[in-house]
Amino acid sequence: MSGNKVIKNLKSFSTAAERFEGSHVLCPGCAHSIIVREILNATNDNLVVSASTGCLEVCTAIYPHTSWDCSWIHIGFENSSTAVAGAEAMNKALRKKGRIGSDVPEPKFVAFGGDGATFDIGFQWLSGCFERGHDMMYVCLDNEVYANTGGQRSSATPIGASATTSPAGSTSYGEKQNKKDIIQIMAAHGSPYVAQVAPNKWKDMIKKIHRGFDTKGPVYINAMSACTTEWKFAPHETIEVSDLATDSLVFPLYEIIDGTELNITYRPKNIVPVRDYLGAQPRFKHLFKPEYEYLIKEWQERVDAYWEYLQRREEARV
Amino acid sequence: MSKSIKDMGWDELVQGAALFSFEGEVDYEMSQVQPEDRDYAETNSRNAYVGDWRVEKPVFNKDFCIDCQFCWIYCPDTSIIARDKKMIGVDMDHCKGCGICVEVCPTNPKSLLMFNENTDNEEALTQWPEKSEEKGE
Repeated sequence: MSGNKVIKNLKSFSTAAERFEGSHVLCPGCAHSIIVREILNATNDNLVVSASTGCLEVCTAIYPHTSWDCSWIHIGFENSSTAVAGAEAMNKALRKKGRIGSDVPEPKFVAFGGDGATFDIGFQWLSGCFERGHDMMYVCLDNEVYANTGGQRSSATPIGASATTSPAGSTSYGEKQNKKDIIQIMAAHGSPYVAQVAPNKWKDMIKKIHRGFDTKGPVYINAMSACTTEWKFAPHETIEVSDLATDSLVFPLYEIIDGTELNITYRPKNIVPVRDYLGAQPRFKHLFKPEYEYLIKEWQERVDAYWEYLQRREEARV
Repeated sequence: MSKSIKDMGWDELVQGAALFSFEGEVDYEMSQVQPEDRDYAETNSRNAYVGDWRVEKPVFNKDFCIDCQFCWIYCPDTSIIARDKKMIGVDMDHCKGCGICVEVCPTNPKSLLMFNENTDNEEALTQWPEKSEEKGE
């Protein structure tokens, strides 16, 4: 049995044998492990995984324990993508030389990185992997902050968020720069498949992960990961905040095939105002002061404009 | 590994600090074999314990459960035990008491509720709320 798991509904999915164990030390209510479980459980194939330094890496491999039931490489901050690309190239070479028999099933190669490792520190490495066209999947666990080191801003931190290196106070409203549009950047690399997923929309996510595993070549997945510690909401609200993020279109769920064919995969029935999404997270609480009201208005305009842009691109097929 | 990793000196550890998830060779397909049939190594975090992180614990009431498995998919700690499409219970060694399972439970009244860690499970079941008239969120 290899290939993707046939998942018709959640009941049939729940018969999957777990490949990611508990007793890792991620915060209670962390979305990282929800995403990792959904990805690992979606396939029957053997996996070669690596993780960039970040919450996921340090919390799932605290010596002398490991939480991974698959091959896993502990690597530096910047090079989870290259570590997996190297393993993929080695697999290809050894098969060519006959040192790995054709009876051994092909494994899948997956690299995980946080948004710091993807948007900032590992970007050059990631870009190189995509240019060389390795057959791998790169998953960015996007929690919009360097959560592992204490909440410094990254280039994924959105405008107005209070982070420890861009704190909100009497003279500042927090982060001043807008978030990098990493999905369009990766699509521009000529990647055959690029998608944004969210853990609360598990069915959409599984579909995209399956498609990603079936695609030959470098696949980029941007996974929205609500961070209970740095977004400062209560641990049990993770799914609620994720729902607000997808329904307010701050994280629109879409995919880009071959850099041109854009499909919106989730259209919320009731679009929630961005104000509700911001209000659920105390990292934005200063925006609700009267002097910063204009920022919320700008947020809404920006989100609306981007949604409009996605719809136009979907229609135009460019 | 015959000697426990906790008793090893620094010069006896495996080179490259490799940690093994399973004892011996794995000659079965990981995706097909449920955890109870696997031979976990001492170094697998399944053998670790984080139950003492909890302040509140989820209590499962199977009378109201409809086996929708929302709790299973959204549990960050692999602590909801589901076998043969049925929800069986909560793995208290790995549950950190985040409360996501309670939040996503769709039944009325909920089939999972948070109680103080020191509450007896039997006692918690007697305090279960009645079906509420108000529609859930």
